[in-house]
Amino acid sequence: MSALRNTLDKMKPTFSKGGKLSALGSFFDAMETFFFVPKTVTRRGTHVRDSIDLKRTMITVIIALLPVFLFSIYNIGYQMNLAYSLGWGFWTIVWKGFLKILPLYLVSYIVGLFFECMFAQIKGEEVNEGYFVTGFLIPLIVPVTIPLWMLAIAVAFAVVIGKEVFGGTGMNIWNPALLTRAFLFFSYPKMMSGDAVWIAHKAGVDAVSCATPLAEMTSGGIEAISYSPLQMFIGLIPGSVGETSTLCILLGALLLIFTGVGSWKIMLSCVAGGLLMGLLGGDVPAYYQLLMGGFAFGCVFMATDPVTSAQTETGKWIYGFLVGAFAVLLRLFNPGYPEGMMLSILLMNTFAPLIDHIVVNANIRRRLRRAKTV
Amino acid sequence: MSEHIRLKKGLDIPLAGKAPAKIAETVDPDLVAVKPTDFKALVPKLAVKEGDSVKAGDVLFVDKLRPAVRFCSPCSGVVQQIVRGDKRKLLAVVVKAGKDQQSVKYDAVDCSRLDKQQMTEVLQERGLWPMIKQRPYGIIANGEDTPKSIFVSAMYTAPLAPDADFIMEGQMENLQEGINALGRLTKGGVHFSMAAAAEAGSAMHNLSGVIFHTFDGPHPAGNVGVQINHISPINKGEVVWTVDLLSLAAIGRCLRTGEYDVTRLVAVTGPAAKQPCYVKGVQGMSLAAVAKYAEEGNVRFVSGDVLTGENVGADGFLGYYDNQVTLLKEGDYYELLGWIKPFRCSKFSFSHLYWSWLAGRKKTYKLDTNTNGGPRAFVVSDVYGKVLPMDILPVYLLKACMAKDIEKMENLGIYEVIPEDFALCEFVCPSKIEIQKILGDGIDLMLKEMA
Repeated sequence: MSALRNTLDKMKPTFSKGGKLSALGSFFDAMETFFFVPKTVTRRGTHVRDSIDLKRTMITVIIALLPVFLFSIYNIGYQMNLAYSLGWGFWTIVWKGFLKILPLYLVSYIVGLFFECMFAQIKGEEVNEGYFVTGFLIPLIVPVTIPLWMLAIAVAFAVVIGKEVFGGTGMNIWNPALLTRAFLFFSYPKMMSGDAVWIAHKAGVDAVSCATPLAEMTSGGIEAISYSPLQMFIGLIPGSVGETSTLCILLGALLLIFTGVGSWKIMLSCVAGGLLMGLLGGDVPAYYQLLMGGFAFGCVFMATDPVTSAQTETGKWIYGFLVGAFAVLLRLFNPGYPEGMMLSILLMNTFAPLIDHIVVNANIRRRLRRAKTV
Repeated sequence: MSEHIRLKKGLDIPLAGKAPAKIAETVDPDLVAVKPTDFKALVPKLAVKEGDSVKAGDVLFVDKLRPAVRFCSPCSGVVQQIVRGDKRKLLAVVVKAGKDQQSVKYDAVDCSRLDKQQMTEVLQERGLWPMIKQRPYGIIANGEDTPKSIFVSAMYTAPLAPDADFIMEGQMENLQEGINALGRLTKGGVHFSMAAAAEAGSAMHNLSGVIFHTFDGPHPAGNVGVQINHISPINKGEVVWTVDLLSLAAIGRCLRTGEYDVTRLVAVTGPAAKQPCYVKGVQGMSLAAVAKYAEEGNVRFVSGDVLTGENVGADGFLGYYDNQVTLLKEGDYYELLGWIKPFRCSKFSFSHLYWSWLAGRKKTYKLDTNTNGGPRAFVVSDVYGKVLPMDILPVYLLKACMAKDIEKMENLGIYEVIPEDFALCEFVCPSKIEIQKILGDGIDLMLKEMA
């Protein structure tokens, strides 16, 4: 431990201002604060500070994502095994799944952190840990067959255009991970939807067609869905890498709610909105909407992003409800896109400031009214 | 008519080092100082030179814009040093205390015979006026204003704060006289807020001429700003005055006995205090006098509490309004992978990301001054409101302050708050933003623009 500390202390002057490698200063700083809580002390204001910081907050989200992550590794291998009748055992399935997901993570983190560090260096600020989570989310919401160069471009787009141009984490309007997906969705639609993208290829063999439950519903209503609700809940079905298992997502949701990192208000109202819209329209039982596609994943991990969701407590109820309602509305009444969650969250990200504006104005009006009655 | 108000939002930081109700000694401060920096927006004008001898109650400096507002020496002795900072800004007037203490003598006054004008003049002449602050802005009250009412908080809820009943033991006549005096200054009455738990057993319950309120709940329930917000919130154009308990007693004492006496019980507290205790001291006393209570090592001397106090250093001086010293270990150390450790049982957090919220209410923590993380932009939105029991949207008000948008600041409640009300927001902030400074700068802007 002290050896590591000494090494870092020795390296520090090289990376500090005026040092040979000062251009990599923010990268060094990110690494240093990764290993060690910095020794900075309070200067003015409160003399003691809560032990919480954004690193701890973000790592909690990643821990909440772990069940989903581990399950997706298994599911990728499982779907390959099933489609090509390979007869793999458990560990082979896990290993093959891991080999498929690893490149996605490498690309996501290397490209994303490169741009994060670059902008931190330009702005002279510390590297923000927001990308920990974003980088972890991105591979989970794309089809496993996505070409890596596409992923790289989409990540670069989301970090630079989606976040840094607005001023970095805390200032962005749209959820960067979803922006990655939206970018891919509109730029390379063939790679993002359709029946042929959900199963990882086996070398030398043509892709196997395999529809998701949502696609089946869109084309043929409830009779066409070939999976039982239990199967969809457990999640051994085709779909984007991490969206399939409602069970694992629920585990993550419990941790987020328990620790208070994710807003239970948004999650609850989002589910309520989805259920209500599901009841109003469509011949599919409303709870199917919660199990199919990215609804659960989006509701727990995307809609609750504290930066891009509504910031006021009242606003959160409205925001969450509308996310859920619009997602199902899009699914039911838009024949073009089987999935509505991504677009719904991005839409509500756009309107979250408006919702907050209304709530804030209500506060202002209360204050003015108080002045008049006195 | 008394009113009971129960507050749920807030946080009592379980800091180690609370002083038991016992007086350890009477400290004999060698040096005593009055610092113009204790008063927001004050431009001081010196009235003494180095080497002048003064009595307790003699003027050291006055407000340049309102010369009637005087700032007096807390003890008798010789002006030893006039401390100046950059651009010759006056930082402190240091008095070396003499052997036998003498005070300026005034005649006793009968408050009930004075009108507001006369009362104001008496208080200003005797150097008691700076003890009355105004809200909005938390600056010294302007005697020409007509305050809507006057508020006194008779409860301390800040971390390790002194016990109100203990420090006011035997002071009831002084408090009563102080209240009588304040009653002459406003037609709206003197609101007196007590802790619900202490109300029944407290001698302050018998004071007359006040409107009683009781408050129940965690810090900042004892902040006068929070109490005003619940009793009679300030609207644009209105002014209320606030007086703290200590000052109220000092005002009453001076009116009764005719002596300028700002001695007080000072709580020596904090995780780095060897033996937390109360000492008999005086306003502005040198903290060197209580240095023996501090642990070895790199200790920070804070005049006031950990949330709003000032880091004055081991050779610094107690603040004008303070009756608490908090001793803290400096947190200048690295911690390997501290942010990811699943158990960090010695660390306290308001959030549920550590285990402290399950540890029970009795456990106390030896917090130090480490920031526990680097500064970031506002990311998490819901923590601030949980520690602010007012109908105010903290993040929006702060962003308006940062944007220097005066109209928004007005609309979102800048008149009702001063930095101390937002101190807990700063404590819990995961982004380590200097919230009190942002709000303070916002208030400075208002003072400049509204002048």
